[in-house]
Amino acid sequence: MSESYKAKERVVYVGDSRVRKGNMPNVPADYTSYPGKSEAFIPNFLLKEWMVGCVVLVGFLVLTITHPAPLGYPADPTNGAFIPMPDWYFLFIYQLLKYPYLSENYVVLGTIGIPGIAFGALLLAPFLDTGKERRFYRRPIASSLMILSLIACVYLTKVSWDHYTHELEKTNTIPEHIEREEKAREAAMAGQERPNYTKQPELPAVVDAGDPATSIIQAQCLSCHGTEYEGRGNIPPLRGVGDKYSKEEIAEIVTNGRGGMPAFGEGKGGNVELSAEEIDQVSTWLAKQKAAAE
Amino acid sequence: MFKTVYNWIDERLDITPMWRDVADHEVPEHVNPAHHFSAFVYCFGGLTFFITVIQILSGMFLTMYYVPDIINAYASVDYLQHKVAFGGIVRGMHHWGASLVIVMMFLHTLRVFFTGSYKAPREMNWVVGMLIFFIMLGLGFTGYLLPWDNKAYYATKVGIQIAESVPYLGPYIQELLQGGEVVGAQTLTRFFAIHVFFLPGALLAMLGAHFLMIRRQGISGPL
Ligand code: HEC
Ligand code: HEM
Repeated sequence: MSESYKAKERVVYVGDSRVRKGNMPNVPADYTSYPGKSEAFIPNFLLKEWMVGCVVLVGFLVLTITHPAPLGYPADPTNGAFIPMPDWYFLFIYQLLKYPYLSENYVVLGTIGIPGIAFGALLLAPFLDTGKERRFYRRPIASSLMILSLIACVYLTKVSWDHYTHELEKTNTIPEHIEREEKAREAAMAGQERPNYTKQPELPAVVDAGDPATSIIQAQCLSCHGTEYEGRGNIPPLRGVGDKYSKEEIAEIVTNGRGGMPAFGEGKGGNVELSAEEIDQVSTWLAKQKAAAE
Repeated sequence: MFKTVYNWIDERLDITPMWRDVADHEVPEHVNPAHHFSAFVYCFGGLTFFITVIQILSGMFLTMYYVPDIINAYASVDYLQHKVAFGGIVRGMHHWGASLVIVMMFLHTLRVFFTGSYKAPREMNWVVGMLIFFIMLGLGFTGYLLPWDNKAYYATKVGIQIAESVPYLGPYIQELLQGGEVVGAQTLTRFFAIHVFFLPGALLAMLGAHFLMIRRQGISGPL
């Protein structure tokens, strides 16, 4: 410990630092209070440090080259099924907020109660733990609190991650960045171009836009399918549906619904019911929406 | 030639003491892994700084391609990742570096904590360190939104919802971050500004204070 050297020195330092008590010009003093094999920062020490730096850099570059940074599909605010996932170092707090006594009515406890105490204590550690002792095994309270919080953070992170993977399994979801990369690989194998999610595919023009059936469609369908029949988010466009389905198939979808698409047939339980005749008109018109007919 | 120029400048600005102070200070034995292998724990601060420099440099290159608006953000990242020469590596460095810098900072904090180095006379440096810690988390949070894919979007949405649930201040924080009714165009430009200008500026100021204090006080003595 440096304490013992103090008495013999003529210059008195603040604690074990190099700062002299009282005023002093900024002239570097040497480190005589720690005799031993000290060496100059430049060049002796820095060169060694750079060697460590090079090793780290090479390892890091290998990581970046073998693991490209992930990218999912473009953000879609209407996508209700996406499972949110913060970056890993926020998971502990994300998980904390899922516990019943730390969310809903008690959310104050979760957002500022516990984190506030934990981070506040960390921020003010020097003023809470004011003893002179520095060795951790002689500071049982500070050290055990830190170790306990570490264990808690690791635990919460793990629970949160397990929860996420479980949810993926349950909903049979592949994380988007992985799915996207697989599709790119498949395309590359098949000798095609990488799928491009940034360009909207060119939609075929609307055929026969003045048809009376369009007034039904405008009233009932375009709130979901887009005012220009162009689709929205997960909802497919109606332009060009004639290329995908026959008139009968379309009538079937409209009558009975499918997935997120409500049923419009009479007595099918939808909010809006169209008569069989209206559905026939609509399907006839939709079946005409073909790119080839342009 | 170099010497004459140096002397000319030195005569006017007296720059020698500045760099001699950095160059000549001694590295004591107890923090030098060459003498005690266990002293590698003292490297974490330097490694954190190293990764921070990587983050700043790679980030500067990313902004040469990145476009902070909701129509082009994703497309520009996609283009950078797949079409620009070495773009994937630059983005990869910034992406993985963001995690690595947190890990390193974490290890550095633990070493300072468990060696009791935050104690008098280094209390202020610890507090500055914690501020750096929060700035880093802020950089992580704001940077996560920028690629504008679903993961980015929904994580930010949840994050802002959490911020909003803070009593009294919550709605103001939400407004400040989100800039509108929903997470959208305004949010993206705000997060970009915060990520690229506000927080790095604060970070550099804090790092300057951190290093000045270390030079002034020296590294803590052996245990
Ligand atoms: C509540 C929103 C909503 C409304 C209103 C709505 N749809 Fe849909 N529609 C959808 C969704 C969602 C799908 C995709 C269903 C699926 O993925 O199985 C869909 C699919 C379709 C399809 C199949 C398209 C394809 O490419 O697979 C047709 C045809 C269709 N809708 C026609 C209509 C018609 C005609 C109306 C008006 C009478 C209408 N939709 C109203 C949501 C809606
Ligand atoms: C970008 C982030 C940071 C960088 C680049 C950084 C860098 C450094 C460096 C190079 C040192 C010299 C000693 C060493 O390398 O271990 C140091 C010391 C120190 N750091 Fe940090 N640091 C960072 C964050 C933090 C944080 C988050 C804390 C804690 C809250 C902290 C608290 C301290 C303290 C108290 C010292 C003095 C320790 C001593 O004298 O033994 N730093 N820092």
